Amino acid sequence: MSLILAIESSCDEMSIAVLKDKRELLCNIVASQIDTHRLFGGVVPEIASRMHVECVSTVLQTALNEAHIDLHDVDAIAVTKGPGLVGSLHVGMQAAKTLALAYHKPLIGVHHIAGHIYANELVEDIEYPCLCLVVSGGHTELVYMKHEFSFEVIGETLDDAIGEAYDKAGRVLHLPYPGGPVIDKLARQGKHSYKLPLPMNDDSYNFSFSGLKSAVINLKHNADQRGEEIIAEDLACSFQEVAIEVLVSKTLKAAKDYNVKEILVAGGVSANSGLRQSLQEKSSIKVLFPPMAYCTDNAAMVASAGRIMYENSKFSPLDLSVKPSYDLEEESVGE
Amino acid sequence: MIQLMNEQEMIDFGKTLGKHLFPQAMITLEGELGVGKTTLTKGIGQGLGITKVINSPTFTIVKVYHGRLTLYHFDAYRLEGQQQELGFEEMFEDEGVCVIEWPKYIEDILPVERLEIHMSKNEDQTRCLELIGKGKQYQNLLEEMGL
Repeated sequence: MSLILAIESSCDEMSIAVLKDKRELLCNIVASQIDTHRLFGGVVPEIASRMHVECVSTVLQTALNEAHIDLHDVDAIAVTKGPGLVGSLHVGMQAAKTLALAYHKPLIGVHHIAGHIYANELVEDIEYPCLCLVVSGGHTELVYMKHEFSFEVIGETLDDAIGEAYDKAGRVLHLPYPGGPVIDKLARQGKHSYKLPLPMNDDSYNFSFSGLKSAVINLKHNADQRGEEIIAEDLACSFQEVAIEVLVSKTLKAAKDYNVKEILVAGGVSANSGLRQSLQEKSSIKVLFPPMAYCTDNAAMVASAGRIMYENSKFSPLDLSVKPSYDLEEESVGE
Repeated sequence: MIQLMNEQEMIDFGKTLGKHLFPQAMITLEGELGVGKTTLTKGIGQGLGITKVINSPTFTIVKVYHGRLTLYHFDAYRLEGQQQELGFEEMFEDEGVCVIEWPKYIEDILPVERLEIHMSKNEDQTRCLELIGKGKQYQNLLEEMGL
């Protein structure tokens, strides 16, 4: 039995959730700033943290009301400690430490990616060993999990993250921010007619997307110079198919090599319809995708990871600090 | 002006530069999207003895790596048009090395003395680097490297 209050503020969402036991979610309040940042064509870190400060108390009050709980009833306070934008992370961390101190509750510092991975457990039990494909604006990693809460990063991007490549390609094509969902939508209306290089098509589990980004930039540049029109739907489709092919083929290869029972997908890009379809079709083992509501940043996933850390008594001291980067492997709990 | 034929030459050049860097060195990298700023930083990291993968810091603005000297790898791409205090000065003043992509967006908080690297892409996909040492120690650095 556990009741965990979790706070997530690593980027442009301020979210607070209350989770009872494994998956009885009493609330998951998310205050998104996406409309504000869309005006700037991307997340503006300083505005993000200032807006978090403005809304943290309201989000907390709303969460407590909706969950019908009192802070005294909570067993622990979980909070994202990184990776993320330092200014944004600080707001959530300060709130969490204040609550932990004032109500004498243990503090649990959660790795943002562990949160994304355990969003999957809000729906059904994960079977180990498993392989997790982490895909978001800041991450592209293959994580092997031998047992619960054990993380081994077996592959990662050597340059740009997949979500970043989508956003930058979107910016080159003058598409609205964020570029990922827009390209995904356009791709469904186009055909794969532009030739783009298959990025990092080798035997390793690593990824590389900066070459694909450069190819899109060159294609657009050359078309502009010749006065030709780029068909956005077709370029979106070509980009998406190439990017997804490499994600899927490397994930399936790793799943086979490591002989895992299932594949999990985590992070914002797990909402991508092309990735969902391709991986489901090509995999011979079970593939778990988080429900759409838990793909982007939210505190429910932090509560889910925090719940396991609570059971393992993995608590943090009150001088815990936020960092732009934390090593996921160091978060693992013992055999 | 230095011409680099491919990605490996860019990394090798970065590695040589990394080996010559001193505590509190500040390097700014300018050039369009896709010119190879992160690739050059990978090389600098190798020269500093960093073994972890260095990848794009665009999302979190800064990534920190530990080697012979600490490397603070910044990307100010997303900081366009803001004037707030971001706490970067603390990292600038640390013993480590700072490499900053898209410096024009945080020009007002950058020290005047630094190594400026202007990067450009040629039609044949080779890259050109122009190095400008601002201040005595950066001019010495370029001299030491035979540039």
